[in-house]
Amino acid sequence: MLEIRNLHVQIEDKKILNGLNLTVHDGEVAAIMGPNGSGKSTLSYVIAGKDDYEVLDGEILLNGENLLDMEPDARAAAGVFLAFQYPLEIPGVATMTFLKAALNAQRKARGDDELSTPDFMKRVRAGAERLHIPQDMLKRALNVGFSGGEKKRMEILQMALLEPTFCILDETDSGLDIDALKIAADGVNALRDPKRSFLVITHYQRLLNYIVPDTVHVMSSGQVVKSGGKELALELEANGYADYRSQAA
Amino acid sequence: MADLTPNVTPMRTAAENQLLALFPSVKARLPGASAERQQAYDAFAQAGLPHRRVEAWKYTDLRAVLREAAPLADVPSAALLGEVRAKPSPFAGLGPSLVIVDGVFEPSLSDLDALPAGVEALGLAGALGAAQPVANLGEAAVADDAVLALNAAFMTDGVVLRVAAGSKVETPVFVRFVRTGGEPRSTYTRVLVVVGEGASLTLGESREGPAGVAHQDNAVLEIVAGDRATVSHVVLNTEGRGSIDLSTVGVKLGAKCLFNTFALATAPALSRRQIFVHFAGENSKISLNGGALLNGRQHADTTLVVNHAVPHCESRELYKHVLDGESTGVFQGKIIVQPYAQKTDGQMMSQAVLLGDNATMNNKPELEIFADDVVCAHGATCGQLDDDLLFYLRARGLPKPDAEALMLQAFVGQALETIEDESIRGVLESVVEGWLKARM
Amino acid sequence: MPAVQETVEQVRSIDVDQYKYGFITDIEMDKAPKGLNEDIVRFISAKKGDPAWMTEWRLDAYRRWLTMQEPTWARVEYPKIDFNDLYYYAAPKKKEGPKSLDEIDPAILETYKKLGIPLREQEMLAGVQNTRVAVDAVFDSVSVVTTFKDELKKAGVIFCSISEAIREHPELVRQYLGTVVPVTDNFYATLNSAVFTDGSFVYVPPGVRCPMELSTYFRINEKDTGQFERTLIIADKGSYVSYLEGCTAPQRDENQLHAAVVELIALDDAEIKYSTVQNWYPGDAQGKGGVYNFVTKRGDCRGANSKISWTQVETGSAITWKYPSCILRGDNSRGEFYSIAVSNGYQQVDSGTKMIHLGKNTSSRIISKGISAGRSQNTYRGLVSAHRKATGARNFTNCDSLLIGDQCGAHTVPYIESKNASAIFEHEATTSKISEDQLFYCLQRGLSAEEATALIVNGFVKDVLQQLPMEFAVEAQKLISISLEGSVG
Repeated sequence: MLEIRNLHVQIEDKKILNGLNLTVHDGEVAAIMGPNGSGKSTLSYVIAGKDDYEVLDGEILLNGENLLDMEPDARAAAGVFLAFQYPLEIPGVATMTFLKAALNAQRKARGDDELSTPDFMKRVRAGAERLHIPQDMLKRALNVGFSGGEKKRMEILQMALLEPTFCILDETDSGLDIDALKIAADGVNALRDPKRSFLVITHYQRLLNYIVPDTVHVMSSGQVVKSGGKELALELEANGYADYRSQAA
Repeated sequence: MADLTPNVTPMRTAAENQLLALFPSVKARLPGASAERQQAYDAFAQAGLPHRRVEAWKYTDLRAVLREAAPLADVPSAALLGEVRAKPSPFAGLGPSLVIVDGVFEPSLSDLDALPAGVEALGLAGALGAAQPVANLGEAAVADDAVLALNAAFMTDGVVLRVAAGSKVETPVFVRFVRTGGEPRSTYTRVLVVVGEGASLTLGESREGPAGVAHQDNAVLEIVAGDRATVSHVVLNTEGRGSIDLSTVGVKLGAKCLFNTFALATAPALSRRQIFVHFAGENSKISLNGGALLNGRQHADTTLVVNHAVPHCESRELYKHVLDGESTGVFQGKIIVQPYAQKTDGQMMSQAVLLGDNATMNNKPELEIFADDVVCAHGATCGQLDDDLLFYLRARGLPKPDAEALMLQAFVGQALETIEDESIRGVLESVVEGWLKARM
Repeated sequence: MPAVQETVEQVRSIDVDQYKYGFITDIEMDKAPKGLNEDIVRFISAKKGDPAWMTEWRLDAYRRWLTMQEPTWARVEYPKIDFNDLYYYAAPKKKEGPKSLDEIDPAILETYKKLGIPLREQEMLAGVQNTRVAVDAVFDSVSVVTTFKDELKKAGVIFCSISEAIREHPELVRQYLGTVVPVTDNFYATLNSAVFTDGSFVYVPPGVRCPMELSTYFRINEKDTGQFERTLIIADKGSYVSYLEGCTAPQRDENQLHAAVVELIALDDAEIKYSTVQNWYPGDAQGKGGVYNFVTKRGDCRGANSKISWTQVETGSAITWKYPSCILRGDNSRGEFYSIAVSNGYQQVDSGTKMIHLGKNTSSRIISKGISAGRSQNTYRGLVSAHRKATGARNFTNCDSLLIGDQCGAHTVPYIESKNASAIFEHEATTSKISEDQLFYCLQRGLSAEEATALIVNGFVKDVLQQLPMEFAVEAQKLISISLEGSVG
């Protein structure tokens, strides 16, 4: 599914990723953990194609295609979905309008027909219901005035609608109380599929109680310094990141 | 010592000389009494065309831009009127229209019979020619301004619209200004709208004309609203590229009035929209809004003067500029709170997005406050589309042009939302969409 | 609400005559005859011991000034000034220049002591202040003393009167004088260029962080005397200097003219922080007398990564006409303007700033707080502009006005001009009266109306006060209370 080889990235002359390697297989849920500043969020932005990052070396292959050659929207059409740590507010754009524009743009890029309005509405309603998103929220401007939990749920709803093959969850647990976290995790778990992979970025082990990973990778100073099974997360929770900080330095 | 400096009188430009020469040659055939016209002409002769040293025209140097003053438009021929008849109004089907072709009110093209109950309309030229002076004319458009003076000197025709007291008119009434011909010509029109006590009216204006002709239009709209009147006003200018559109709106409001206006500029080469609002009665509320979507070397100027002369009034202004190419947007908004106009609430916002590397935005929001118990604020922003937002949209699969269009639509949409009439708003929204599509 | 009414009454009845710096120092003066002509310009130049190039520079300015007109665009009104009815040169009489403080007329020393400005270094060192401040004291038209010169010299910093700089460091003065505020910049700046009599000069060499705050105290004493100082500050590459300026004048029935020019130049990576507490005599409660403060202040961020920050607390003067500005020429340079303008009585303030973005990735910040009381008029006038090549320019502007009483005016006139698509400008302004709810809350907690007003006003201006060096902030806060209420503080 996803293969990252020797990735070096800097932003404004500051090196963030230093030869990162990572493989995520079809249907795998991979967790990325690491201390603050280890480059976790940078990794998510670089995969999705944010402008500000300069890739100095390496490649990111999604099913054999090099993502680095593609614009952000082409990457989305190719199946990459990033659930943002801080979803953006778009005043003046109704959530429904936005969802429809995004879904149809992706369908168009993949050569599918646009969805009819009733079909679209049906899908949105079903998804919203599962995530406890009230209907009137869909009429409001996207994320404007939404609570932290509502914004995160809206990200998961988009993930469900756009049917990506590779999902990145960037600190989806931050700012969520336990109930909101469960709803979000249920939403993600419902999307688990042998053909869909996940990269779950988190600082804390807590989220991984609800989204149980197949593999856990520890990042430090812009590299993956250790990989293992889900038990690695528990180990980190117990011992902290101190060992890995020194290791990378 | 300062006296040693001679008082410099700037040289007259070609356009100024043409305007000065024009008046004596046409004044005999202009309708109505000539004394006021002469007075206005003298005022113009004194001031000349406004230029950048005239503070209110700082960013629109009309003296420099107006190379030639186009001759007055000819009275349209029957054949031309036939063409106009065949052309649908952008607001077709939404309500009756009064049609002004090349500065001349054409009853034969107007839906005079279809006017809603309580609304009375007649041609201005005819009214000026009558024995009685036209009541309320010149009451709302009061300003020391050369462009307004030119209109007062040259106005050829227009419409007088009166809404009887207490008439709640549901159907919007439209005034169409249609231009024809391939040679630049000028028009001076005036529309007077008098809305009686407790009456309400929605007025739509459309400016239509051929592309690429540098027509010059000087239009004045006067709105005199009695107590508890409600007036909604929308202007759509789709007049072809190349035109110069100078319009002045004078509004005088009684007590407890509601006034709402929106103007969309996408077409003219140069537009100047100046709005003067005078609160004459307490507890009135206004909402002045607009949008401009420009490219090439277009220039659009909105200049507002909101005069809170009495207490307890509220004003809201929201203007949006989208500037591509080498276009220039100008927003000048002045809120004046006179002594004793306590409890004034004034909020003004001007926002611009610059798309073109050589685009320019000039903002001058101004507060002039002489009373203490007020809440007044203004804001102005200009910049690019937000990169993070753009990335967010693209990460959801929207190609860059689509993502930009969506953001711009939302940006202008916030101002369009102030239009209360949904059908009219729909027409303007589709013009905005058309502009954005053309850009993609 | 009666309490508010009471406050308003109190503020209205404020006796502006409480100006505590209003005393007159009786001292023998050396004066040029009244009026202005080429001979007077030559006289001043000779008195200052100018080299020939400086005399020519002055004469050139004078000739150009004759062709210029007073600006009329500001919202200030005053009777026409008769420029031939003023003294352009007045200096304390002395035989020779003072070699030490002991030779200075004790009356002058006493004046500065009264103003709370110690000129003796030992007094300074013995004082409670932890920070030492080097002071250049300008009495009417001339600099009387500059303290801590030796210590500054060790660091390589030149801090002296501009007259001395013209004589001792002509190469620096010639290189920079008039390069930020051109001779013909405006009517008052041109007049200043012709007749300036003194002011301060600072040069901080590359890489030097000036070891102490530098400060100039300006004092107008003489009657009918125009004060025209000229300040030139150059921060060479990678240097830093913080400069403070204080101004007072005696109470006189006539209006006194003050037309200063300040030029700042920051080269690569240099930073200049310029703070002013302006407390010229504002005139009496009827609007009689007071200083006309027509000042041109401008900083040039000439080098990359340079920074100039203006902070001003304007409480004095009958008329203030002043726009400390920044030309952001160097890439990544930054300009700041923090202002508190308090007007009461019949004072008229028209002040603000200009931020001219020329270089790439330049940024600026404007925080302006205006407080109008009495029958005063207080205008913020500002320009923020981004030129075509100013890619990545950023500005944030916030101007708030507070009105106390219904006889005053508060006006905001910003010009925001962007010619670069990547420039991001944000401007916000509000005008309101002092909050009745806040006042009531304070009164309910036992504060008097005056104390409550002072408290709320201090909260209103806090963001700007924080920009001042500590000692100045305390003084400024007191000054604001005094100008508004007389009794508080």
